[in-house]
Amino acid sequence: MLVTLNEASIGYGKQSVLTNIALSVEPGERIALLGRSGAGKSTLLTRLYLSLVAQLEMVALVPQDDALVPAMSVYNNIYMGRLDQHNALYNLANLIRPRSGDVGDIRDFAAAVGLDANLWQSVATLSGGQKQRTAIARALYRGGPVVLADEPVSAVDVTQGAQILAALGNRFQTVILAMHDIELATGFATRLVGLSRGQITFDGPTGTIARRQIDDLYAT
Amino acid sequence: MTFTPPDPALSAPSSPLSAVTPARVCVGLLLLAIFLLPFADLSIVGRSPWPIAVSILSGFLHPDFTTVESLGYASVLTISFGFCGLAAGVAAGLAMALLYGFRSVRLLAAILRSVHELIWALLLLAIFGPTVWTGVSAIALAYAGIFAKVYSEILDEADQRVAQVLPMTTDRMSRFVYGRAAVAYPALASYTRYRLECAIRSSAVLGFIGLPTLGFQLDSFFKQGHYDSVAAVLLVYFALIGSLNLWLRRPLVPVYLLASVGVLIWHPGPEIAGSNLWVFLTHDIVPVPLRDASLLDGETWTRFWLWLRGLLTTQIWPGLVNTLIVGQITLALTGLLAVVLYPIAVTRFVGTAGAAAGYGALVVGRSTPEYMLGYLFLQMFGPSMLPAILALSLHNGAIIAHLLGRQADDVARTLRIDAPRGLNLYLYELQPRLFGPFLALCLYRWEIILRESAILGILGVKTLGFHIDSAVAELRLDRVMVLIAATAILTIAVDAASRTLRARLKAETVPTRCDG
Repeated sequence: MLVTLNEASIGYGKQSVLTNIALSVEPGERIALLGRSGAGKSTLLTRLYLSLVAQLEMVALVPQDDALVPAMSVYNNIYMGRLDQHNALYNLANLIRPRSGDVGDIRDFAAAVGLDANLWQSVATLSGGQKQRTAIARALYRGGPVVLADEPVSAVDVTQGAQILAALGNRFQTVILAMHDIELATGFATRLVGLSRGQITFDGPTGTIARRQIDDLYAT
Repeated sequence: MTFTPPDPALSAPSSPLSAVTPARVCVGLLLLAIFLLPFADLSIVGRSPWPIAVSILSGFLHPDFTTVESLGYASVLTISFGFCGLAAGVAAGLAMALLYGFRSVRLLAAILRSVHELIWALLLLAIFGPTVWTGVSAIALAYAGIFAKVYSEILDEADQRVAQVLPMTTDRMSRFVYGRAAVAYPALASYTRYRLECAIRSSAVLGFIGLPTLGFQLDSFFKQGHYDSVAAVLLVYFALIGSLNLWLRRPLVPVYLLASVGVLIWHPGPEIAGSNLWVFLTHDIVPVPLRDASLLDGETWTRFWLWLRGLLTTQIWPGLVNTLIVGQITLALTGLLAVVLYPIAVTRFVGTAGAAAGYGALVVGRSTPEYMLGYLFLQMFGPSMLPAILALSLHNGAIIAHLLGRQADDVARTLRIDAPRGLNLYLYELQPRLFGPFLALCLYRWEIILRESAILGILGVKTLGFHIDSAVAELRLDRVMVLIAATAILTIAVDAASRTLRARLKAETVPTRCDG
């Protein structure tokens, strides 16, 4: 068992966003969290992330708002995925002159999301989709057994979206995603978790969840 | 303006300040200025101002550039002082910004920035003589205090999300550099760039008190009555500031900095007298009654009290009152000028070409140092409060009008297609929208105006700067220290008052940190 949540309520401060959450994640699973915006997907993902980093050294994260440094290059933003793997002096030196070994590694991960040509461009000049792919590359570069991604393909087209999900699937043993694109989610995930009004409404292998159950999540 | 009925739960017992509204603050400051007006010495001393004004203006018609060689070198020195002073200020300010959590560091920064670079320069001149490093240190000291505060604010305002997603065990140094400094870098760089322009202005003004920059040239040509050369100095100065965008390129900054250090090292000036610092700290700074006296003797302290009381009643109190009179009248006039002037930079009122010209005029007013303007007006009107008030109001009014004009232009661009025109546009669309930012800018400039009012005393108006300047001239450094402390306390008090008012009004912080 990778992580188990069994909590009466999860939320910010006194206000609870999620109630009665019981969720276990096995290694090797690809989980898609589905639900309308505001259903609590991000809250659940953040809670899972905090539980995971408490017990694992390497957990990769793709936050919803990318959280990139606009003034820095794509290269340096991807490099930030492994800041904890080097000492402070090494990280400082990287800002002045990157080592060719690191550049080679990072170029490969940038290529995986189609950004190898933009490696030295500053993130501020990138399009929304390119920024999102930079955040993906940062998570890919970090590596480890598990990745959590919050709407990782919301700003890219369907083809690219599928490629990015495949890249995540290849790199990480366990993938937990928050998604709103149902087609992409069902095509990739091995398990679907539906969230509505702060509660889990369904949780099971992809094949066992009826399309009607998913549609109900989005019905008014 | 909409009227909101008072909420009894909110307004009842809280505090008398809860009656503070933007309109009341405005009227209050205006009434205070009108009340002070009869106490202000606005006389034109002795002569008619117009002959000198005409001489200066005719100087502009045929400026005399024959002294171009010395002007060129003075310009190079002006830039070098600015670069070196700024660099030292940035280094010290950044170090303090990183330690800004400590109360002692915040206090040190507050003291450093509450004393104007001209005052620092006067003090350092008295200690070390007119060496180039005196000018550099004066700029560095004042700017370090400003940078410490602003850098720490910018770093605090940096997007926190980046730091939150960094790997948990990242070391502190990398966490700061990648997660905070890199995020804040554009804001830090653009503020520093803006400050460079200020440093070059400060450096030019340091010439007026004897350092070899452009202000020195201006002063000496004035004293000789060479108004065509005066015009040439002013034109060179404007060309320098106006062309900043052309020659100041980020990759070239290290080159300029190294060149500046070289220029100052090779400048054939007097040597620093290092031993003077020891004498200053152990002898000069000690109040006269305490020098070589027994500190256990009650008599000594009686004499000290008499000394301090004399200083308070003959210099500090009158200087303080005059500083406040000049400052408050200036603040009101600044506000009036800003409100009247900003439409000249708004396309809707004066057309594209007109707005460009108006904007240019405001930029000239903004980049002419208030001290230089004060100097010019002093030559015209003589040493009353009039030149100080006019110079400070024009300079500060242009700064606020220039910022308001830019904002008004943005507002006017997004207005609906059937928006009113002319006076109605001004009164119904622009004025109500810009009132908040306008008041915030005025309150923000308040502290700066009072500090500058004190400074213009060096020109002869009897504000605090006048007494500091006289005490320096008499080499009474013990008095200088007490007077500087009084000026610093005034600045800090006004800063606190302005901050309280702004917080009360919840005045929008305007996205600019414009200083002198």
